[in-house]
Amino acid sequence: MACSMTSNYLDRRDFTAAVLSGRGDALVVPSLGAPTWDCAAAGLTAEALHSWGGMGLALATALGVALAQPDRRVLCLNGDGEMMMGLGTLAVVGDQAPSNLAILVLDNEHFGETGGQPGLARSTDLCAIAEGAGIPRTMTVTAMEQVPALTDMLFHRPGPCFATSKIALGDYPLTMPEKHGPSIAAAFRATATNS
Amino acid sequence: MRSLGIGTVCTIPDGGLTPLLAMCHEDPDTRVVTLSTEEEGIGITTGLWLGGARGMIALQSSGVGNCINALTLPVAFGAPCLMLVTMRGQWGEFNHWQVPMGQGTQPILTQLGVRCYPVETAQEVAPAFTAAANMAFHAQERCAVLIGQRVIGAKAFGRDED
Repeated sequence: MACSMTSNYLDRRDFTAAVLSGRGDALVVPSLGAPTWDCAAAGLTAEALHSWGGMGLALATALGVALAQPDRRVLCLNGDGEMMMGLGTLAVVGDQAPSNLAILVLDNEHFGETGGQPGLARSTDLCAIAEGAGIPRTMTVTAMEQVPALTDMLFHRPGPCFATSKIALGDYPLTMPEKHGPSIAAAFRATATNS
Repeated sequence: MRSLGIGTVCTIPDGGLTPLLAMCHEDPDTRVVTLSTEEEGIGITTGLWLGGARGMIALQSSGVGNCINALTLPVAFGAPCLMLVTMRGQWGEFNHWQVPMGQGTQPILTQLGVRCYPVETAQEVAPAFTAAANMAFHAQERCAVLIGQRVIGAKAFGRDED
């Protein structure tokens, strides 16, 4: 699918709630900061690996989960700064080609957690990089009307697949999930392994 | 590795790892994940454990430097982490570019709470690896086996590739 740069911006909480409502039994690996708060705001608990640190590793972690649980859908919900930090991981995903892994970047083109400094994704075509890394199915999302097609790709079409969404910068109420790492890991691992 | 249930090896290759990686590539029951940078291996093996599987990272000592902040992940989660590190920059090293991380590997890992198993003879490799793997996966610790340059043999600068 064609990708293009755009200047339309989505409300991140409305958008992530709409996308995540279609997740079924998918496991979700959000990056630290806003994507983790979005998952908490959408009511996700043990099925999301809430992250408070280790910037750049959400996609690598999601890849590990996907390889360990090949019959389970895994969504990496990545911020644009975190995606830029781990661009090389797209090549690892393309090489391993797990059919159950989907990536959605929430791109507000800024470092939202640290004061809104401009980020690199505003001048980078992430879909082109994903395609170049061997991820065949990609999509750029700029309107809520695209959510049904997006959730179909992320949760039902063969992966690996990659989407980036242009979202607005904004102040949202902080919804804090569990912070204690071993508790997050134990709950997620039990959910992932049905144990 | 097989007897310990380790089915995935994440790696940026090193000359000292060549025989092991060749065996892994040939083994239908072992998945090799080629990385773009070593820190990805920390994320991937943490994810594997969260999904109920076991993996390890095989890397050169220089690559340990790329893993520093990534180690936050298994430390904070209390997740296992197993690294097999082939050392450079120590026994008979001719390339001074290898010395900073070679000398820094063990103190830096120790500072981050990673248990180090330095190995200086070939006979120690298998028991050290088994001990480190058991501690990693059963005690849920971060463990690194450091294979000394004395075991692998120092590269002869000017004759071999670096």
